[in-house]
Amino acid sequence: MTLLASGAVDTTSRTLTIALFCVLVVVTLGVTVWAGRRTSTATDFYAGGRSFTGFQNGMAIGGDYMSAASFLGIAGLIALSGYDGFLYSIGFLVAWLVALLLVAELLRNSGRYTMADVLAFRMRQRPVRTAAAVSTVTVSIFYLLAQMVGAGALVALLLGIAPGHTFLGMTPDAAKNLTIVIVGALMITYVVVGGMKGTTWVQIIKACLLMVGAALMTVLVLVAFGFNLSGLLGKAADKSGAGSDFLSPGLKYGVEEGSAWQILTHKLDLLSLGMALVLGTAGLPHILIRFYTVPDAKSARKSVLWAIGIIGVFYLMTLALGFGAAALVGKADMAAADPKQTGNVAAPLLAKQLGEQFLGGSGGGAILLAFIAAVAFATILAVVAGLTLASSSSLAHDLYANVYRGSNLARRLRLGWVLRLTGAKGGNGDRREMVVARLAAFVIGIVAIVLAIFAQSLNVAFLVALAFAVAASGNLPAVLYSLFWKRFTTAGATWAIYGGLLTAVILVISSPVVSGSETALFPSANFAWFPLENPGLISIPAGFFFGWLGTVISRETPDAEKFAELEVRSLTGAGAH
Amino acid sequence: MSTKARDPGSPPASDDPVAVQNSPEFAALRKALRRFVFPATIAFLCWYALYVLLSAYARGFMAIKIAGNINVALLLGVLQFVSTFLIAWAYARYADKHLDPAAAAIRERMASGDDTTKEES
Repeated sequence: MTLLASGAVDTTSRTLTIALFCVLVVVTLGVTVWAGRRTSTATDFYAGGRSFTGFQNGMAIGGDYMSAASFLGIAGLIALSGYDGFLYSIGFLVAWLVALLLVAELLRNSGRYTMADVLAFRMRQRPVRTAAAVSTVTVSIFYLLAQMVGAGALVALLLGIAPGHTFLGMTPDAAKNLTIVIVGALMITYVVVGGMKGTTWVQIIKACLLMVGAALMTVLVLVAFGFNLSGLLGKAADKSGAGSDFLSPGLKYGVEEGSAWQILTHKLDLLSLGMALVLGTAGLPHILIRFYTVPDAKSARKSVLWAIGIIGVFYLMTLALGFGAAALVGKADMAAADPKQTGNVAAPLLAKQLGEQFLGGSGGGAILLAFIAAVAFATILAVVAGLTLASSSSLAHDLYANVYRGSNLARRLRLGWVLRLTGAKGGNGDRREMVVARLAAFVIGIVAIVLAIFAQSLNVAFLVALAFAVAASGNLPAVLYSLFWKRFTTAGATWAIYGGLLTAVILVISSPVVSGSETALFPSANFAWFPLENPGLISIPAGFFFGWLGTVISRETPDAEKFAELEVRSLTGAGAH
Repeated sequence: MSTKARDPGSPPASDDPVAVQNSPEFAALRKALRRFVFPATIAFLCWYALYVLLSAYARGFMAIKIAGNINVALLLGVLQFVSTFLIAWAYARYADKHLDPAAAAIRERMASGDDTTKEES
């Protein structure tokens, strides 16, 4: 039972969707090759030559941040659970104020290519850069895995590849695997060939498509209800079967069912989720490196302002899409097309419905559905490219250039031949670093493809929330202490990162999302002792606590001169790259 | 990587970070930045926390209808968007007026001084 089986995807629509996917792939690859020709220095590769304007970077941030989970996911959450989907959007948006007020400009002024540039500025390079690289790769891989597994399921859904049916001779599982491989190969190509310039343009294209698609559907929904918002909400509530509860919080988060203990954990889970959403964004490495693509702090500020505008308007539109799908498509059709109740079909089904209503018959429905499917595909590509770039930058610039090179391990391993093969051995440091970054992107991409194929049948949706929780618990405390706390030390930075990261990961492993419930990663096992699905409530304070503790118990004297340099540079931009 | 070695007896050059950090102009810039961003951060975090707490514990209040099917929950949610836009706009104005000129002045004074320390980390 998929879109095809339920009659939602006919062959016209499928052909059109595949044609649009192909156009998208050709255009983005063309842009990538174009960008690759303009990438010669390390600054080009890591930071797009710092040549983007605030507006362009704001669009790219939107493209980097609004994943398929927020486009199809939040619209679907609103369509199925009503108001609670909106709670997600609000956390995702308000989070940008942390980035705007406390992080973006100071980070832009003091760093060069990666998050670790700021964390290690006045600390001992090796331990801090190692910790930052571990956390960057962990966060990015979690997020990447969720996106790629989601991509497999989503494309199968959008093309209407049903269980028991074959598509070009492939079973649905084979088609999902093929999708994962194609998405992985494309993201590797964007990053290896186009570097930050290519990735940024892919994200800008995606943001434009996403905004156009969402705006078009929002207008059509509003027209369908004669711009009567109350009427739209009323119809959505009626058709949901939940009545007016559909328009209030409580259907999905903080559910008031079960024992007093269960209700308490549901409510604490809601608070925990809210905390991770709002504090995680400013600690996501793939978001932080976007601030290096503009020439100065003022452009970094403008990027965030544009991003807030774009993301805010987009999330307001998801309200119309979600409630519109609830009102116009209805629960039964969504359930028929999506037995797992992920909600991901809400926006595509709404597109089909609106197309039929406004563009004329089933042909119109097929066109709009194909367009929205292509937008979803673009969304996935732009986000996975950003994540791959962030982790490969950190592996090359932090681990290789500043930890591995010149270390005893490097002398013992003698891996210089790898670089000699690529012709970069004799080149300067920048050139070698870029080759390593490209190799790293390739390796990360392959690892992500393999993991995603293995995880294909598992419920990995929790990984996005976990990535936010780790970012909020490990990275954010380290970044804020580095920028604002004079006494902060190397030990403090490593304790904050490892402490926050481990607390978040251990709590999630011990929670009902991994074992001990029907929807868990391993439903048949039960080793859960932590009752909350979201670790943020505990792990975020723990990250800040460990950063403080590591600092006060270490005997290291903070380097006052380096702090002066960091503070002056971060506030004035003097000496910034 | 590091600031240049200077004779202990000579006065600090104008681009010495420690000297700049201790200058009244820089103290004023730091104060101007913190005067806005710290209170604004505390304010929006409290306002957001209030919203999440109401969503968790004040279901009856959130369900009160204001106009048609539009209830308090929706209004408060949209107000979170409005407050986010307003704080961002206010900060942009504040930074243009109070932070950028001060930062540029310090930066220019440092650049016009001894500029032998332009090496990069």
